[in-house]
Amino acid sequence: MKTKVIDVKLLIANGYVIDPAQGINGGKNVLIVDGRIAGLLNRGEVTPEGAEVLDATGLIVAPGFIDLHTHLREPGAEYKETIATGAAAAVAGGWATICAMPNTDPVNDSPAVTRFIIEQAQRAQLANVFPIGAVTKGSEGRELAEMGELKQAGIVAVSDDGRPIPTAGIMRRALEYARGFDLTVVDHCQDLSLTAGGVMHEGRWSLILGLKGMPAAAEDVQVMRDCVLAKATGGSVHIAHVSTRGSLAAIRRAKELGVNVTCEVAPHHWTLTDEATAEYDTNMKMSPPVRSQDHVEALFEGLRDGTVDAIATDHAPHHADEKALEFDQAPFGITGLETAVGLAFDLVNQGVINLERLISLCATNPARIFSLSDRGTLMKNAHADVTILDPACEWVFDVAASKSKSRNTPFHGRSLRGAAVATIVGGRVVYLNPNYTRLIEAKKRPASA
Amino acid sequence: MTTTFKRKHLLGIRELAAGEITHLLDTAETFRDISRREIKKVPALRGRTVINLFFESSTRTRTSFEIAAKRLSADAINISVSTSSVSKGETLLDTARNLEAMSPDCIVVRHSMAGAPAHLARMGNAPIVNAGDGAHEHPTQALLDALTIREYKGRIAGLKVAILGDVLHSRVARSNIHLLTKLGATVAIAGPGTLVPEEFGELVDEGLRVERGIEAAIEGADVVMILRIQRERQDSAFFPSMREYAVHYGLKPKHLERAARDAIVMHPGPINRGIEIASEIADGSRSLILDQVANGVAVRMAVLYLLAGGGRAELEDKGH
Repeated sequence: MKTKVIDVKLLIANGYVIDPAQGINGGKNVLIVDGRIAGLLNRGEVTPEGAEVLDATGLIVAPGFIDLHTHLREPGAEYKETIATGAAAAVAGGWATICAMPNTDPVNDSPAVTRFIIEQAQRAQLANVFPIGAVTKGSEGRELAEMGELKQAGIVAVSDDGRPIPTAGIMRRALEYARGFDLTVVDHCQDLSLTAGGVMHEGRWSLILGLKGMPAAAEDVQVMRDCVLAKATGGSVHIAHVSTRGSLAAIRRAKELGVNVTCEVAPHHWTLTDEATAEYDTNMKMSPPVRSQDHVEALFEGLRDGTVDAIATDHAPHHADEKALEFDQAPFGITGLETAVGLAFDLVNQGVINLERLISLCATNPARIFSLSDRGTLMKNAHADVTILDPACEWVFDVAASKSKSRNTPFHGRSLRGAAVATIVGGRVVYLNPNYTRLIEAKKRPASA
Repeated sequence: MTTTFKRKHLLGIRELAAGEITHLLDTAETFRDISRREIKKVPALRGRTVINLFFESSTRTRTSFEIAAKRLSADAINISVSTSSVSKGETLLDTARNLEAMSPDCIVVRHSMAGAPAHLARMGNAPIVNAGDGAHEHPTQALLDALTIREYKGRIAGLKVAILGDVLHSRVARSNIHLLTKLGATVAIAGPGTLVPEEFGELVDEGLRVERGIEAAIEGADVVMILRIQRERQDSAFFPSMREYAVHYGLKPKHLERAARDAIVMHPGPINRGIEIASEIADGSRSLILDQVANGVAVRMAVLYLLAGGGRAELEDKGH
């Protein structure tokens, strides 16, 4: 991890700033003082004395990216990932902020666990790590967790992710109760009675492979249920990792009706299809599963028309030994922090979305969804979290160089164009791509005016 | 047209070309004669070791592979691994690696989970024969069925085949559909909507259709294949009762009136008499159930011969 502690003043010079929250799209210098954005300066404006300079010539300067969906495995499964290794992978992938799902051991359903996560993150001094609390005690889907206590301890949302909220009754109470603490309920939407035993998308390929399928309908019905309940309660629901055409149709319709619903998609769901499972590669096993081409097209539509609010990684590290089991036995999930931005650039390169929309999906909207104040923007006085992008960077993902403790990715060896090359958290450069050290070396020269 | 079989493993029928299937069947035919001789043994695989690694209980398939190996003079070792001992700790991969360390020439694998043989093939070194993996494939069963059909019908191409019953959970049905359609037969499948989902028609590009009632599937059929129904499917709500299944989906003599006059009836076994097939059909003159078993040995001899090293020698050298 290349960590460079910079003085109190940092100038990101000569870059092209895109900050959708302010509608800014143009050549600006970003001045950071004491961990906050001091202002966006026009080219040629006088730079304060003593500022370190990061030369972003030819690069895009964006608000720090925020991942709404990260599994860090600490406490309980530190052999897969720790908060420190997860945070290192995050900043290497351009994510200044990650929101940690509560399905650790113990589950984050108590202030003690919440505080532990925050303290471990502070020790690591890399990404901002915001814990997500459990919706129900032990994420068992029966009794509500102490959301008020958890909120005071520092959670930013509630979820039983990994498990769906099983009944309409519990979901209703969760939405009603969470509302009192301004917490959004994040649901992993799956009707378990339709997915029991399922290990991949149900369709032609599950029939060919003889693997038990998880039908798209299992996600659709629960998304519809949650939209109906959010409308009935006035509560706020965020649908995690949407993967089906039906889910998007339901969310689109609910938004038209004014329901407080938002949603995220994960890169593997638009990058891969169920055909990729053909060799029984367990690095293709995740929940929800990668689906058929028709669903991928629907995700593109949702990304294009605004139905999709956020891109989230669903980074889910697992040990190689666990992934070396039979397909039925291997755990669900793949890593994603270091590949997500590159795969998001595929969307830009393919003309699905433009760069500004990419930044909205990765920074502006995530901050809004979890009400992360003074983040997701480069507005004056916002936290100085910045992601610097090089849309022209051509690179190949090498899992051997991953900062994550785990190696369970289907994207090893994948060629990508577009990358996050530097990540700044609270005014500190916490990641600089080794091929871009020139950006920092430039600090010895005066900023070009 | 491929006239040799150059693959290292036999994991399924889906990935095979028609020529490879025909080559396997032709090879099996030559081995069938050996089983009809007084001395049923040739030295083709002398000094070679075949391990039958069965993670799922099976008498007939395991015995068939064992006899096939022995008739080729291979040393055959049977290992039955109960799922309970696997859950005690050792993974599939570790089990297989331990066996590989003893340098077998071929490992025959039966496993309750789809993809387990493919997993071993990818991670290990020995040739792998899939002897049935979950609901995925059972390639030697399809080959022995095809050998039986060829024996009685003289061909596969152009035949109409009905496959009836629990297609969804059947590796036998999948392997047969792949094989029969690749060789030019048309296949109709039928059974309860829960066990024969409409989407099953997408399994192959052409030659397969899904019928709701078994009568429609049998209409004009040259071959009627019946699949075994398992009681555990009733427990998971795929159908209401064995009684109702027998009434609506069991093959009865009246059904066969719709089939071609010289239609043959097949079943991979073991059969549930009076449930999926009436006894008078199973024991009747059209039933080839025991011929299937006999051909099973010949097909497995061919597969072991081609994969375990015998195939490297000339076919004539095997001791006629």
